Amino acid sequence: MAHKLPAKDVVVIGLGWTGSILSYELADAGLDVVALERGPWRDTATSFPISYAQDELRFRIQHDMFLRPAQSTVTFRNNRSQTALPVRHLGAFMLGNGAGGGGLHWNAETWRFLPSDFVLRTHLTQRYGANFLPSDMTIQDWGITWDEIEPHYDKFEYLCGTSGTAGNLNGNIQQGGNPFEGPRSRPYPTPAQKQPFSHTLYAKAASELGYKPFPQPSGNLSEAYTNPLGVKLGQCTYCGYCEWFGCANYSKASPQTTVLPALVRKPHFEARTECEVTRINLDSSRKRATGVTYVDTSGTEWEQPADLVILCAFQLFNVQLLLLSGIGQPYDPNTGEGHVGRNFTHQTMSGVIGFFDKDKYNFNPFVASGSIGMCIDEFNGDNFDHGPLGFVGGGYLGQVQTNGRPIETTPLPPDTPAWGAKWKQAQRDNYLSAVTATSGCHASMYSYRENYFDLDPTYKDRFGRPLLRMTMDFHENELKMSAYLTDKFAEIVQHMGARQVVKHYRKGPYDVTAYQTSHLCGGAIMGTDPKSSTINKYLQSWDVPNLFVQGATAFPQNAGYNPTGTVGALAYWSAAAIRSQYLKNPGPLVHA
Amino acid sequence: MNPSRREFLASTAVALFIVPDIARAAIVKGGLPWKPGAGDPPTPVRPGPWLYFTADEAAAVEALVDRLIPPDPQTPGGKESGCAVFIDRQLAGPQGRYEGRYMSGPFQKGTKQQGDQTPTTPAEHYRQALAALDRACRQKFNGKPFAQLADNDKDEVIKGLEDGSFKLEGTDGNDFFKALLKDTQNGFFADPIYGGNKDMVGWKMIGFPGTHYDYREWVERHNERVTLPTVSIASHPNWSQ
Repeated sequence: MAHKLPAKDVVVIGLGWTGSILSYELADAGLDVVALERGPWRDTATSFPISYAQDELRFRIQHDMFLRPAQSTVTFRNNRSQTALPVRHLGAFMLGNGAGGGGLHWNAETWRFLPSDFVLRTHLTQRYGANFLPSDMTIQDWGITWDEIEPHYDKFEYLCGTSGTAGNLNGNIQQGGNPFEGPRSRPYPTPAQKQPFSHTLYAKAASELGYKPFPQPSGNLSEAYTNPLGVKLGQCTYCGYCEWFGCANYSKASPQTTVLPALVRKPHFEARTECEVTRINLDSSRKRATGVTYVDTSGTEWEQPADLVILCAFQLFNVQLLLLSGIGQPYDPNTGEGHVGRNFTHQTMSGVIGFFDKDKYNFNPFVASGSIGMCIDEFNGDNFDHGPLGFVGGGYLGQVQTNGRPIETTPLPPDTPAWGAKWKQAQRDNYLSAVTATSGCHASMYSYRENYFDLDPTYKDRFGRPLLRMTMDFHENELKMSAYLTDKFAEIVQHMGARQVVKHYRKGPYDVTAYQTSHLCGGAIMGTDPKSSTINKYLQSWDVPNLFVQGATAFPQNAGYNPTGTVGALAYWSAAAIRSQYLKNPGPLVHA
Repeated sequence: MNPSRREFLASTAVALFIVPDIARAAIVKGGLPWKPGAGDPPTPVRPGPWLYFTADEAAAVEALVDRLIPPDPQTPGGKESGCAVFIDRQLAGPQGRYEGRYMSGPFQKGTKQQGDQTPTTPAEHYRQALAALDRACRQKFNGKPFAQLADNDKDEVIKGLEDGSFKLEGTDGNDFFKALLKDTQNGFFADPIYGGNKDMVGWKMIGFPGTHYDYREWVERHNERVTLPTVSIASHPNWSQ
């Protein structure tokens, strides 16, 4: 039986980006906040100091900082005719573990979505007609507008110190920035990062082809920065150990470098790490959360009562906890009814490798940062006319080469043998003169009736709880869109002067072993209708109003950008609603 | 206490409880939990006898890695660069035991897209496959195990494992080839503290200068070869001389 602890005002489940931001905002409002984190505490000086952070085998190949599937995982199948099997070893996505969560190992590509992304169904239906969308596509509007979310994007960027070039300042298009972005109220807090050779060559080629290249917005900072919480970040040194790694240099925006040092000094805040929440508890009305139950490393079970529960676990585990706690109606793909588990999306990634003459080109691929790169946005969202193309969606096309780490990033021409003397020679001949973008064609994935979550009937986690089951496949719309983008990207790489261009199209079926991105979205989405969404526009549970569900779980579909900027903006948006509205009058903020 | 908090608390029932000992959780409060000298540095591989392989297994693996990455005048091969030592140490450690992997049953073969579902650990897999490889070689090559074959015979065997035509008894030869190739190349390019990539030969071969942490002066020196000396976590040309 669980030992009952003294009540807190707020219990926060998970201490990644959203948990850190919500904890800070609510502790700052004077509330007594406890955050429960499944993994260990992590900080720069202890967990990934400069003396051994740059270890590709340990951190990239062997997943040192990630969640061990033995602790928890998911099961996967492409469709309902298959038996889902456990993801025994992480592949298609990485799951953070410990303080900082995914914010520790990300590349820090800090994008905003397009204004039209937030009203996607309305926008596409108005422009192309309702029949243009595939009948099983279940995209929705988010329930918020650009004007509502913009100030919170701004707040997250100023927390992070994001380096970039504005493209649209209060409606005025700016030279050198992304002309397609929504109007921003302020420039980026720091100027764009410097760009290595392959990135500038890509930008030159893109310009010559008539596009408008711009530097990718980067959470690896171009210069030292002190954020509004008083936390200081250092200048990025282009070391090339970013994604999958903690930044030893304090120059990648993460909870560690932006929020946690200020948060832990808040007198009403406490973090308990290595405590895994197993259930959100409800009272007998099932309309009010009474707190959570968690298990510590000794296996002892505790009950932490609280007035307000903020669910900030990673997307998969947000959905799993909702289903295990009996909150919200589970989604049923047979009828399309219910909402917890629906509209599960990921990303549609593809790329191109360019092989250049080694006597003329030396790219030094190891001189990089996780969000360095030059991008074009002509083929993102609805920035281009989809009418003649027969698909919807898009993505940015970027020469975003984040590293030259030799286990992972030694591209070889396709006719190279996998081993032997010729393999060795090809390694010598191509390492410095090939370009391979980590985020080449970074494209959207829209939602479908048959891509969803439920609880697995067979496989259990270490506590005996059912694992979350993911049913996911690529659909023709995404594969067509991705192929179109890949061809466009290849034209630019060709124009850079490559002697050989190799296209890597995204092909189905969805494969859980091949890394795409860690941008899993949906499953407990936001919206305007409690029948088709789990949370309202403030990320508040329709069913249990003293529960807020943060993170990309809320996305009704995924756009053609990295999601963290939007996750951070939604966290600030939700926190502002809690502070300015909910605390004054606890209860539903939206009456459906 | 600000008014909003008072109102918020007023809406809730507050009860008193005895505070139990919650020492099993790491509690962070008031400041960052930093201790001088705390850290989790890697343990460098120590030279010496094989930790996992038997002598016969080690002979086979040294021969295999030296064909996957054959020596040439500029760069040593897989054997001299330590790839077999790397694999031995990996198999003797947590990777060899599949530590951290989800290992609950039922185990059943799925689609390629569902990923590896085998209950066999890498250490067990190598043991089975290396024994089967030597058995198959002895049958085909007049009683000689793999390590004693001529180079062109070794290459024929490896090609057969790669294309599935050279079968192993009781284990999938192609799966073994894939694991061995990945492990060999990982060893060749991983930091030398793990036993392979001796003297950073893999990095020097391709032009990767190693674990430098600051390329600010190089980022805008376009199309210019970086001239910094190659360094690793535990070594620098000027440190060990």
